[in-house]
Parts: sequence; structure tokens; C-alpha cells
Amino acid sequence: MSPAPLTLDEPAAIAPARLAAAPVIEVLSAEKVFADGTRALQPVDLTLRAGDFMTLIGPSGCGKSTLLGMMSNLLQPSEGRLSWWRGGPEKIGARGRQIGIVFQDPTLMPWATVEKNVRLLFDLDGIPAAESTPRVHDALARVGLSKFARHYPRQLSGGMRMRVAIARALATDPDVLLMDEPFGALDEFTRHKLDSDILDMWRERSLTAVFVTHSIYEAVFLSTRIVVMAASPGRIIHEIVVDEPFPRDESFRVSTRFANLCADVLNALSHAQKPTLGPS
Amino acid sequence: MSPKNINNAENAMRVGAPFAVGLVLLLLWQTLCTAYAVPSYLFPKPSDISDSFGREWHSLFAALATTMKITLSGFIAASVIGILIAIIFVQSKVIELAFFPYAVLLQVTPIAAVSPLIVILVKNTTGALIVVSTIVALFPIISNTTLGLRSVDPGLLNLFRARRASRLQILLRLRIPSALPYIFAGLRISIGLALIGAVVGEFVAGTGGRGSGLAYQILQAGIQLDIPLMFAALALISAAGIAMFTMMLVFTRMALSHWHESELEARR
Repeated sequence: MSPAPLTLDEPAAIAPARLAAAPVIEVLSAEKVFADGTRALQPVDLTLRAGDFMTLIGPSGCGKSTLLGMMSNLLQPSEGRLSWWRGGPEKIGARGRQIGIVFQDPTLMPWATVEKNVRLLFDLDGIPAAESTPRVHDALARVGLSKFARHYPRQLSGGMRMRVAIARALATDPDVLLMDEPFGALDEFTRHKLDSDILDMWRERSLTAVFVTHSIYEAVFLSTRIVVMAASPGRIIHEIVVDEPFPRDESFRVSTRFANLCADVLNALSHAQKPTLGPS
Repeated sequence: MSPKNINNAENAMRVGAPFAVGLVLLLLWQTLCTAYAVPSYLFPKPSDISDSFGREWHSLFAALATTMKITLSGFIAASVIGILIAIIFVQSKVIELAFFPYAVLLQVTPIAAVSPLIVILVKNTTGALIVVSTIVALFPIISNTTLGLRSVDPGLLNLFRARRASRLQILLRLRIPSALPYIFAGLRISIGLALIGAVVGEFVAGTGGRGSGLAYQILQAGIQLDIPLMFAALALISAAGIAMFTMMLVFTRMALSHWHESELEARR
């Protein structure tokens, strides 16, 4: 594989192969205006394809969380629509069409043990413990928390709590993993470790992932596609394809290609901010 | 010292310090009353009160049992009704807006003013007293539980919704566990109020004869100018209140100690 070129071209020109993959989630001219009149997102068109690792990056208020919320069917677009596996939201949840969600905060139940937290989604589906227990233990083992199954969330560090949230999302064996700034509150070292772990899991399980972040480095390290967004009003301004082969390790973080890609993202982001910098 | 020893020392302080204060105050009281020869029909010495207690303990404890029965019945009724009302409130904003003012009405109307009416309306005296006690204890449970059921982590709520959880699942698995610390805070306030309701109700009802409670003992003692007996009955009411409050603390600890900040002591 050749090193990633400086990519300010149209993505279609760079990675035609990717376009062959089946669309998983399609955002079709969806926009979001909140009840108070705030325009969170201008009409957006975006296609998530099987096998993508797509990050949404942009300043606060660019609507990246809103976009992710619509993709997870927690928010309804005001105009336009979304499709999942070329159908409506009813397609979500069937075999091979599971969506796992990881939020900004670990969102664990403080009254329940780690094991019970990971089991939650099975419980909500009415799956008996006998059936879910091995999968819960597998998921905990995968994130390295087997020894902490009987601990309560408050006994764990921030990074460990986030791992529990990831285990909970992975336990149900999702096909798509939607993550909203999951590591935003963690220190740099923990974040690097979890980034690598997420990438491993994405590869191991052939996941399709959408990842919201503030961090340019994180976006470049993780993604196959970086969707750059701008604020007021929220919109997509650019897309960068990261044509770096996997597995990616720490040497990628210090490579020239990495630095060039970061510069591209930064460049795209600063274009977006120009209008707001002038006197208003 | 190991953390466990520190904990034990702290627990000893928690019991020992207030106990020591009480002992000193009692001694001071006894000494002053003796020194100034205060007659016991004006302000009895602790020793007079304990003498009176020794003489009348049989009727005092019977009265205590009655008062406790009314208090606990009122408290349990208020807990069940209050939690149910709060659950109904969080199901719909319209219901809450329509009915919450009436819950407030229940709270702000002085119970002493309402209880004569209740005593007239409810034939059975014990029943009437339980109703008074329930009404007094109700509001903190309703308002705390409503607040608690609403104080749900929005992220967790999103997770439940994304998994298409039913209303019942959200209530049982998310809202009620989240509300537990609030519910217990409400119950702790209410158990004291239930006792107040039971006593105030009996003052108003003023029933004599069999099965009368501590309030009636106080009234009778007042009429007969048996002031030491009045103090003895008063002391029993206070002791009962403290005992029930402590019981609630223990329940709270049992329910929350493993996860909630309010009940967590340097354990890890």
C-alpha cells in the first residue's frame, strides 16, 4: 500500500473500492432544527458503508453529536430522512443488524455491579442469564476487566468505566458501533491505549464504526474516513480518506504521513472557522 | 491504626459523645432542681420522672404500643400511597401539573386544623388517627420520590430507549433504583412526621378508655397536675421517635451502602 496522499480531492476519486461496500446507514438530506429554533444541522448527505471506520470531527456546536444521535435513531431529523440497511428504523436490531452505542460518559448504573451493567442489554431483551452470562464474561475478558465483574462502577477509574461501557456495547455482538466522544474525558495515555483496543476490536469483528471526537490525532489514528464539520450552522465541509493500512501501531503516530494527515484535517477545520473569526 | 479501627473509634464517638452530653445535662438538671428546691409539680427532677416511670410503666408502655401502632400504620400507608402517586406523576406531565397543587395543599394546611374534621368523618378512632398520621407524612414522600424518579441519568435513559425498553422496564430497572436515595431521604423525614401526626391527632380526638396512646396520657397527666408523669410520657415519645429514625438510617444504609455516595465511608 502506498502512503496516504495529501487528500483535499473528492473522496470518490481516491477510494473507489470502498464505494462497492454495501451502505449501512444513509443520511438523506437530513437536517435538525430544535424546538427552540436552533439549527443544529443543515441538510446532510452521508453514507456509512460496511467496514468503514468513520470519524466525525469539528468544533463544539457543529452538530456531530446530533448527527450521531440521528444515526442511532435516538433523534429524529426535522427534515429529510435516514435509512438503515436500505430500510426504516425497524431494520435495526435483527440478526446481523445490531447497533451498539457508546456515549460520552460511561453511563453505567451505579447501583449495579460491572457484570450486571454489561448484562443490561440482554436483560432488556428478556434473554435469560444462563444464555447471556458467557457472552458477558467474554466481553469483560475482551476489555481486560474479568477480575472486576463484581465491583461497582465507583470503585473503578475513569478508563475502566469506559471499558465497561465498551464491553456492554460489544457483548450483544453489534455490527455497527456508534461512539460519541467516548474518550474525551480520559488522559492521553489511557486514550491511546483505548484507541488501539477499539481498532483491534473493529478489525477482529469486522465492525462498522462511527466515532465522534474533538481530537485530530485520534481521528487520524483511527479512521478510514474523516468527516470534517463546521459550526453555526452545523454542516459537513470536507471529507478526508485515510488510506493507511492496518494494523496501525504507535509508529504510525510518529510518522510523516500521520503529521501530513493531521495538517490536512487542521487545514479543513480552520477553513471552516474563518467566517466566525471576523468582527460580527 | 488500620482503617477498621478508625471506623470503630468513629462509631464509638458517634454514640458516646451525645450520650455524654445527655448525662451531663441530666446531672445539671438534677443538681439545679435540688439546689433551688423546685417543686416537682412545677418542674420535676429527673429522679422524680424516673420514679413516676417506675410506678406507671405498665400503662405507659401500653400507651406507647398504641402510639407506635398508629405511627407505623400511618407511615407505611403514606409510603405506599406517596410512592404510587409519585410514579403516576412521572408518567405524565399533565397529571403532575393537575394534581401537584393538591399535594401541596395537603402539606400547607395545618394538620391540627384538619384533624377535628377527620376525627368526625372517620368513625373508628384508631382509623381516624392513622388517617391524620398518613396525611402529615405523605408530602415529603411524594415530592422526594417524584424528584428522584425524574433524576435519571439522561445517557442511561437514551441507552434504554435505544434498546426499545418498555415504560415498565424503564420504571423498574432505571427510575426506581435511581430514585432510591431520594425515596429514603423522604422516608426519613416522614417517619418523624407520622409520629407527630399520631400525637396531634390524639390530642384532638382526645379519646379515653382502652387503647389510648401517649398523647392521651400527657393530657390526663396535665389535668391531674401529675407533671412527672407528663415528662415520662414525653420522654417515651422522644425515645420512640429517635428509635424509628435510627431504624430508617439502618434501612437506608442496607439499601444504599454498596453504591451511593451518601452512604459511602472510605471503603474501597
